[in-house]
Amino acid sequence: METTIKFYQTDTFTVGNRLLSEAERSVQAGMQRTNALNSGHRACQGCGEALGARFAVDAAMRATNNQLVACNATGCLEVFSTPYPESSWQLPWLHSLFGNAAAVATGVAAAMKVKGKQHIRVLAQGGDGGTTDIGFGCLSGMFERNDDVLYICYDNEAYMNTGVQRSSATPPAARTATTMPVGQHANGNVFGKGKSVPLIAMAHEIPYVATASVADLRDLEAKVTKAMSIHGARYIHIHVPCPLGWGADPAHTIKLARLAIESGLFPVFEAEHGEITGHRAIRAQVPVEDYLKLQKRFAHLFRAPKQVDVIAHLQAMADRNIRRFKLLEKFTSPTGGAAA
Amino acid sequence: MLKQIEGSQAVAEAIGLCRPEVICAYPITPQTHIVENLGQMVDKGQIDPCEYINVESEFAAMSVAIGASAAGARAYTATASQGLLFMAEAVYNASGLGLPIVMTIGNRAIGAPINIWNDHQDSLSMRDAGWIQLYAETNQEAVDLHIQAFRLAEELSVPVMVCVDGFILTHAYERVDIPEQAQVDAYLPPFSPRQMLDPANPVTIGAMVGPEAFMEVRYLAHYQQMQALGLIPELAEEFQQQFGRDSGGLVKPYRSADADTIVVALGSVNGTIKDVVDEMREQGVSIGSLSICTYRPFPRKAVRSALQHAKRIVVVEKSLAVGIGGIVATDVQMAVAGLHKPVHTVIAGLGGRPITRDSLRKLFHKADQGHLAHLQFLDLKHALVHEEIARMEGQRHSGPSAENILRGMGTIASQIR
Amino acid sequence: MSIQKPFAITLDKNTSLANHTGSWRSKRPVYVDRLPPCNATCPAGENIQNWLFHAESGNYEAAWRSLTENNPLPAIMGRVCYHPCEGACNRGQLDEAVGINAVERFLGDEALKQGWAFAKPVAESGKRVLVVGSGPAGLSAAYHLRRMGHGVTIVEAETAAGGMMRYGIPRYRLPRRVLDAEVQRIVDMGVELRLDTRVDDVLAMQAAEGFDAVFLGIGAGIAKRAYIPAGDASHITDAISVLHEVEEHPPLLGRKVVIYGGGNTAIDVARTAKRLGAEASIIVYRRTRDKMPAHDFEVKEALEEGVKMKWLSTITEADAGNITIEKMALDDKGFPQPTGEFETLAADSVVLALGQNVEQTLLEHIPGLELKWDSVQTDAVMMTSVAGVFAGGDMVAGGERTVTVSIGHGKKAARAIDAWMRGERYQPAPKHEPATFERLNTWYYADAAKTVRPVLDIIRRQSTFDEVVGGLDEGNAMYEARRCLSCGNCFECDNCYGVCPDSAVIKLGAGKRFAFNYDYCKGCGLCVEECPCGAIAVELEDK
Repeated sequence: METTIKFYQTDTFTVGNRLLSEAERSVQAGMQRTNALNSGHRACQGCGEALGARFAVDAAMRATNNQLVACNATGCLEVFSTPYPESSWQLPWLHSLFGNAAAVATGVAAAMKVKGKQHIRVLAQGGDGGTTDIGFGCLSGMFERNDDVLYICYDNEAYMNTGVQRSSATPPAARTATTMPVGQHANGNVFGKGKSVPLIAMAHEIPYVATASVADLRDLEAKVTKAMSIHGARYIHIHVPCPLGWGADPAHTIKLARLAIESGLFPVFEAEHGEITGHRAIRAQVPVEDYLKLQKRFAHLFRAPKQVDVIAHLQAMADRNIRRFKLLEKFTSPTGGAAA
Repeated sequence: MLKQIEGSQAVAEAIGLCRPEVICAYPITPQTHIVENLGQMVDKGQIDPCEYINVESEFAAMSVAIGASAAGARAYTATASQGLLFMAEAVYNASGLGLPIVMTIGNRAIGAPINIWNDHQDSLSMRDAGWIQLYAETNQEAVDLHIQAFRLAEELSVPVMVCVDGFILTHAYERVDIPEQAQVDAYLPPFSPRQMLDPANPVTIGAMVGPEAFMEVRYLAHYQQMQALGLIPELAEEFQQQFGRDSGGLVKPYRSADADTIVVALGSVNGTIKDVVDEMREQGVSIGSLSICTYRPFPRKAVRSALQHAKRIVVVEKSLAVGIGGIVATDVQMAVAGLHKPVHTVIAGLGGRPITRDSLRKLFHKADQGHLAHLQFLDLKHALVHEEIARMEGQRHSGPSAENILRGMGTIASQIR
Repeated sequence: MSIQKPFAITLDKNTSLANHTGSWRSKRPVYVDRLPPCNATCPAGENIQNWLFHAESGNYEAAWRSLTENNPLPAIMGRVCYHPCEGACNRGQLDEAVGINAVERFLGDEALKQGWAFAKPVAESGKRVLVVGSGPAGLSAAYHLRRMGHGVTIVEAETAAGGMMRYGIPRYRLPRRVLDAEVQRIVDMGVELRLDTRVDDVLAMQAAEGFDAVFLGIGAGIAKRAYIPAGDASHITDAISVLHEVEEHPPLLGRKVVIYGGGNTAIDVARTAKRLGAEASIIVYRRTRDKMPAHDFEVKEALEEGVKMKWLSTITEADAGNITIEKMALDDKGFPQPTGEFETLAADSVVLALGQNVEQTLLEHIPGLELKWDSVQTDAVMMTSVAGVFAGGDMVAGGERTVTVSIGHGKKAARAIDAWMRGERYQPAPKHEPATFERLNTWYYADAAKTVRPVLDIIRRQSTFDEVVGGLDEGNAMYEARRCLSCGNCFECDNCYGVCPDSAVIKLGAGKRFAFNYDYCKGCGLCVEECPCGAIAVELEDK
C-alpha cells in the first residue's frame, strides 16, 4: 500500500513528515541527529549560517557515521561557536586562521591517511570572505591537488563578522559598510565584479561541486551525503541569509533563501568533474523585487525615485542564471535532492 | 655512517630518520635541496608511511603542517626568507596552538632588494613567534639538531625552527656522520600528541579567547617555552651519550673562560670566529667566543655566566634591526645587564657578504685595543654609501638646511664614515 | 590516550550549553492548536481534521472511530451531507478543497464492509431517555446518550427508522442498505427502537414509563401548500408525499411533471420524476438560478440528467394537462415582480416543493412549550422551555434543515441531557481561535489536485435509482486525506525542529509533537514563519 501511493500530504518540502518512511526523512528530522552545532552558540537571532552549518555538518556526520573532523576558517561561524570557555561543536574541530581552512584540512586528511585512519573524513568550512577572498589560494591549491576534503562555503554575501563589509561574493547594488550607496557607490556595490567560486571550482575539474541553500534542506543533505560518498576535493557553496547584514527580519531567513532560489538570483546546481549534472528547478518563479524588498541592504533601490534600471539589471542577472542553468526546466538532479 | 655529503641532503636524511609523517614542500632557495631530497626519499619508500604534499605556498605549507600535527601526525616543512614571512601568520598560529612542528630555515636575506644569499634576517624576524629557535654551526650539528628538535618539540608541544645558514651550510659538501635508524628510533619515540583531532574524543581546538584569559594563555606559552632551557641541555646530554657527539645545547663557549674579549654569534660564522680566536690566542690576545645555539628561548643565564668575566663583548650578527642596530646584541646586552661591560654590535654578512677571517681579525684587534665603536658594519663599502648619501641629500632633501645638517649629524652620530 | 588539553584554546564539547541564550529573547514562540475551518463549519461538530489525520496514515479504523465520536452515521453523511466543510477548506484557496465528504463516505463504507461496531457503554448510568423520532436528530441523540451509558428508547411512527433520510432522500442518493446498516449499528448498542409507534402525548408516556428526560426529533414533515387556482381534474401533490410514496409504491405522476420550488427537495423530486419515467421534468422557480436555495452541484446533476428549469416564473393556474405560468422580473432589490406575461405549459401533475412545517399534535400536548411560528424554540443547548424536554433537528426554530445539522443537534442535546440528568448545565468547551489561510505557509504543501469521484454515466442515472455518485477506492481516499493541510494543528512535519538555528526545539517523538527549549530559544521567529499549518504563535516576553 505504501509503495503505490506516490503523493504525500506534504511531499518532501518539509523537514520531516510522519507519513514518510525513515529513509525518506531528512537527517534534521531525526531525534538522533547529532546537533553538530549545539545550543548555546552566540549567532544572531535567525542566523542562516548557524542553521546551514548544522544542516551540513549533521548530514556529513551521518554520512560518515560520525567519523568526521572539521576545520574552520575565522569568521562568524568560528567566533559564535567557540568563544572561550564554551564550544558548540560536537565533533573534533580545529580553527587555525582566516585564510587557511582548506590547507589545514589537507593536513588533517594527510594525517588520517598516513595514520591508516582514512575512514575519518575531513570537512573544511568558512564564510564567503574566508573562501572567495582570503582563503582562495589555499582553496584552489586543495582543489588542484584533489585532496580528500569537502570544503563548504557558507555564503552570506559579505564580511559579517567584522561589520558587514563587501566581499567578492557581495551581490551588485547591495549596501555594505564599504559600499554605502553614496558617491561612486551611489547604487551600492558595483556591477560586474565579484566571482563565482562554484564555477571556478568546476574549472579545477574536481569530482564534485554543488550549490545549496538553507531553503532546501533535502537538496542540501542529499548533496552533502553525495559529497561524502566521493573521495577527492569537493566543494559545496551554501546560501545562508544574514538577518543582521542584510537588514532583514530574523524570521525571514529561510524565506529569503527561498526567494533567492525562486527568483533565479541564486542558482542551485551540481557538477561532476567540471560538467554540470543537475539543477534544482524553480518551483514558482518570482521577480527579484520580491526578494530585494525584504532587505534593507537594497532599500536604496526602492526609495523615491525608485532605481528601476538597477532593479532591471538585477532581474537580468537572475534571468541569465535561469537561462544558463536551465532553472525553469524540470529536472531532477541525480542526487535526488531537487524536489518537485 | 660517515658521508661526504651536501648539507641539504644530510639534513634531509636526518629528517627521514625522524620518520616524519607529513612533509609540506614548497620551493624557495636555498631550502630547495632539502625538500627535493625528502621527496625522493618518500618516493623511494625510504620514509614510509609519509604524505609528501606539494603545496601552493609557504602559508599553505605551514597550514597543512598545522592540520597534520593537530590530527596527530609528525609534521615537517622547510622554508627561508620571503617564504617564512609569507607564512608568518601561520607560524604564530602553530605555536599558539601548541603544535610540535619542526621546520628547517635555510637562512637567507629578506628583500627588497631581493637577495637569495645568507643572513639571519628571516628567522630573527620570527624570534617572537613562539617557536624554539636552534642555530646550527655545522652540517653535522644541523643533522643532530633536527633529531633533537623533534624530541624537544614533542616533549614540550612547542614548534621548533632549526636554522641552517643558506648556501654556507645547505649547499656545502662536508663529511657528516649520519646516524643509524635504530639509534634515532631509540632517541626519538613515536609522536604522542598532547591533544589530537579524534572523533572518539571530540574537542574544539583553536577557541577564541578574550581579554579574560588571553594574557594567561600567552603567559603559559612563555612558561612552556622557558621549560626548554632546562630540557635542551638534558636532551643534548642524552644525545651525546647515545650518539657520542656534543651537539646542541644552549650555548657553546670557546676559549672564553679567561678571555677579555668574547665574540658572540649565531650559526656557521662561529667556525670562522673560532679559527680567528685560535690565531689570535697564539698571538697572545685574550679572546674567546660564545656560540648561541638556542636563541629562543634566550638562555639569559647561560650567556651571562659565559660572559661575566669578559672585559668586552663583541656580538657579530647577520641581521639588522633597522632604526636601532643589532637584534642579537640587544638580547646579549639584556643578559649582561648590570655587569657594566661594553657590548659592541657588529652587523656582518648581510645578504651573503662574505665574513672573512681577515676582516674578523682586524675587527677583533680593534676590539682588543678598545677602539671598537658601539655599532659597526663589517666591511661596509663606505665610499659607496657616502656617495649615495650625498646624492640623496642633494636631490631629495630640499628642506631647511638646519634639518639636513641635523640629519647629517645623526649619520655621524651613528658612526657611519 | 588521555588528552592534556591546553588552557583556553582547547574546549570540551557541549560546553556552550552553559550559555543560556534564551535570555536574549524579547518574544517567545508557543505551540497552539487553532480551529480548522472544516471543523469550525461542520454542523455535526466533527473533528474532521483529526479523522483525516488517521486516514492519512492508512489507519482507517482509527479514523472511523474518531469520526464516530461525533457522528454515528458516516456512510450516510458521506452521501447526503452538503459538506460546508469543503466550502470552508483552506486548501480551496491553494488549488481545490480536500474531498472531505468522499473520504467520510469511504470510511463509512469501509466500516460497513469490515463490520466495525460501536463499543457498548462500559457502565450503565441507570437513567433512561425517551427519544421521539428516528430521524438523524433522534438517532444521533440516542447514540450519544447510549455512549454515555444511558438507557434509550426511540419511538417511531413509521414502519422503518430514518425519518427524512428514508422518506425524503431518494435512493439514488442514499441506498437503503446503507441507511439500514447504520441504524442497526446504533440499535446494536442496546438502544430500544419501537416502530409503528406514534406518540401524541409524550409527557404522559414519560410519566407512564418513567423516563428521566425526553428528546423530540419529529422533523418537519408537513408540506407547505400554496394557493393555486386549479381545475378539478388537475393533479397537484407535494414533494414530501411524492418522496414518501416512492419509498413504498411508485406514485403516478404522468409523462410531464412540473415541480414548483427551488430548493433541494424540488431537485430531488424532479430527478425522481425522471427516474419514474417522466418525459419532461420541469422545475418552475420564481427567481433566478443563482438565487435557488438548492445546491449548485445538485442543480448541475439534475440538468445533466435532463431536468428542465424555468426560472423567473410562477404558476398562476393549474388545469388538467397544463398549467399557466407568469413571467417574473427582478426589481431593484432583487425581488421577483409579476410582468403580466403568461405562458402555458403541458403538465400531467404539479408537485409543490415549497418547504415543510412541523406537525403540531405532539407539541400541543406539552403545556408551556414555547414555539416560534410552527417550530420549537430551544436554548443554546437544545432544551425547550419545558425542563427536561429537549428537541433537535428540523422541528426546532432557526438554522438550516439538513441531516448534518440534525446530527449536530442530537449530539449537543445528548450532552445537555446528560448534564441535566446530573443536575448540571452543559457548557460547551471554548473554541480555539480560527486557523485562517493567512496563518499557513503553503510553500510546504505539494501541488495536489482533488480526486474526482467516479460518476455513474448519465443513461443509467436517468433510468435507475442506482447510486449516482460512487465512492473512492482506498488509494484515492488516502490520497485525498493526505491533501489535508492540517490547518492550525501540528502534523509533525518537523519543520520547527529542523529550522531552529539554535536547536532549541525538542522533538518528543511520534504522536507527542514538540516542545520549545526556552533556555536556548532566542525568539527569532523562524519556526513561526516556517510552520506550514500555523500551529505556532508568538507571545511577548514582558515579564
